[in-house]
Amino acid sequence: MEENQGVWVFIEVNDGKIEGVSLELLGAGRKLADKLEVPLSGVMLGQGVMPLANEVIYAGADQVYVVDHPVLKDYRTESYMKGVCTLAEKYKPEIFLYGATPNGKDLASAVATDLSTGLTADTTMLDVDIEKRLLEASRPAFGGNIMATILCKKHRPQMATVRPKVMKALETDEGRKGVIIEEELELREEDMRTKVLKIVKDVTKKASLAEAHVIVAGGKGLGDIQGFQLIHELAEVIGASVGGTRDVVEAGWLKHEQQIGQTGETVTPKIYFAIGISGAIQHVEGMKNSELIIAINKDPNAPIFDVATYGIVGDALEIVPKLIKQFKELSKEKGGEMSYV
Amino acid sequence: MHIVVCVKQVPDTKIIKINPKTNTLDRRSAPAILNPYDAHAVQEAVKIRNKTGGSISVLSMGPPQAVSVIKKSVEIGADRGYLISDRAFAGADTLATSYALSKALEKISKDHPIDLVICGKHAIDGDTGQVGPGIARRLDIPPITNVIEVSKVNKEEKYVHIKRKQIDGYEVLQSQLPCLLTVEKEINDIEYAPLPNMINAARYEPVIWSVNDLEDVDKTQLGLKGSPTIVGKMFSPPKLEGGKRIEGDADAQVEQLMGILMERKDLLKLNAANS
Repeated sequence: MEENQGVWVFIEVNDGKIEGVSLELLGAGRKLADKLEVPLSGVMLGQGVMPLANEVIYAGADQVYVVDHPVLKDYRTESYMKGVCTLAEKYKPEIFLYGATPNGKDLASAVATDLSTGLTADTTMLDVDIEKRLLEASRPAFGGNIMATILCKKHRPQMATVRPKVMKALETDEGRKGVIIEEELELREEDMRTKVLKIVKDVTKKASLAEAHVIVAGGKGLGDIQGFQLIHELAEVIGASVGGTRDVVEAGWLKHEQQIGQTGETVTPKIYFAIGISGAIQHVEGMKNSELIIAINKDPNAPIFDVATYGIVGDALEIVPKLIKQFKELSKEKGGEMSYV
Repeated sequence: MHIVVCVKQVPDTKIIKINPKTNTLDRRSAPAILNPYDAHAVQEAVKIRNKTGGSISVLSMGPPQAVSVIKKSVEIGADRGYLISDRAFAGADTLATSYALSKALEKISKDHPIDLVICGKHAIDGDTGQVGPGIARRLDIPPITNVIEVSKVNKEEKYVHIKRKQIDGYEVLQSQLPCLLTVEKEINDIEYAPLPNMINAARYEPVIWSVNDLEDVDKTQLGLKGSPTIVGKMFSPPKLEGGKRIEGDADAQVEQLMGILMERKDLLKLNAANS
């Protein structure tokens, strides 16, 4: 176990671009590596990914392991797992972080099984006990009502998947120097039992929530699906995206992909309207990093007010129509559409 | 086609209560249910079996009362069920759980070779999604996670086509059978159980295996002992700093809010076309 050294981050590449969460993890990984006084490495697999290696260094890594191979063109558990396990067995990292994306979670689960080590899912806080060299990976537990710190004492590497948008990426520094290590890997297409037939991008969906500048989100406090229409109306008049809580999605007022929170989307808009949302921790997990949070709720003790930049105690059914009216007048006055920087 | 669905009994986390003094879970407060994602996994197995023929087995690990989720699965349409239940399994994390389940799957496959394993995307009490891929690795079959559609099952040529949800869309994959799928909720709607299924389920007694009923088991890989991860501590989520309240009646509140938003033009840019 003592031979295991260094912090690794799996660098996820989609469509020739490094996923945001991988850059966030390089920021978080940098802090862990500095505390432990070990190098921070990125691990990047794919086809034609070599030109991205410098970006990994600019984002905080000391070195990047790159496996560039035609079989790795698209993500597949089998091929990526083989690549990552081979590298981990060869270089023996002590901490290994992955983004909690569909591919990151899929890969980490398979790798953990093959390396017979522990894996903590959907971490939202990371720290390290320097003396014991233990990763302290904390995550919401029991539906998000409580946080649990998970430790992996006797197995290495210590692995965790980390939720997108909860850690901060470092500022890109093009002056940073690092080492790029290209690894050869024997992979044969005919050994692969899975084939990617087609990749379909739905960019509108991604833009609608995860990258929205303004989000109007509603909860059960709006009473019924008619009341919830106010959310759509307000969003429409200010050109925002619509989201909601798990309750609202389960009641059928919104689609699954519009659920914000621990088991839905994590969002970081400039402005987040939380309307009729009490603020269960699992919802808060998904939106607390928004820049400006405005909460409207009848219950003065609702936990959402602990998170909100500005809180309005009041009846959403009364306040939101007034807000819509004001925005409509403003837009008429200015004679144009609203848009966001 | 022999499809095995792995299901879990979970506390309903929507209703669960935490003791604020001790930060521990009050399990009595939460009814035990079939993990909702697993219900969709069983429903998908029923859809596939109804097209291809064959049968569905359900496998669970848990205390004796977990037979109820197997009965529930029979109600949805599964043909038979197995529960592995033993103190040796207690306290298992995802690595140890996938080991125990894979041993049970190996035993099941001796009598009925398995063509397809289906799991829910994750359990709502653990939210990890790690057991499915773990089982697949142990059985050395391909795992395909986040499945939103099984569009083709070719049992003669032994392959499936599936749609897998991605960050910004989906992908269509072809996988050899056997393989393991973990399914999202949107894959199907849970149908009302027909009356004969309900009668079957009420009478159904699943096969229950203890650790000694399984073969070639390395007991050091089971339960707490076989779990590399442990819970170090539990704590309340850090309190975020709440901000200002906007006081007054509804009109005054709205007016103040509009004022605040107009001041934050760095965030909300109105009338960009003309400015």
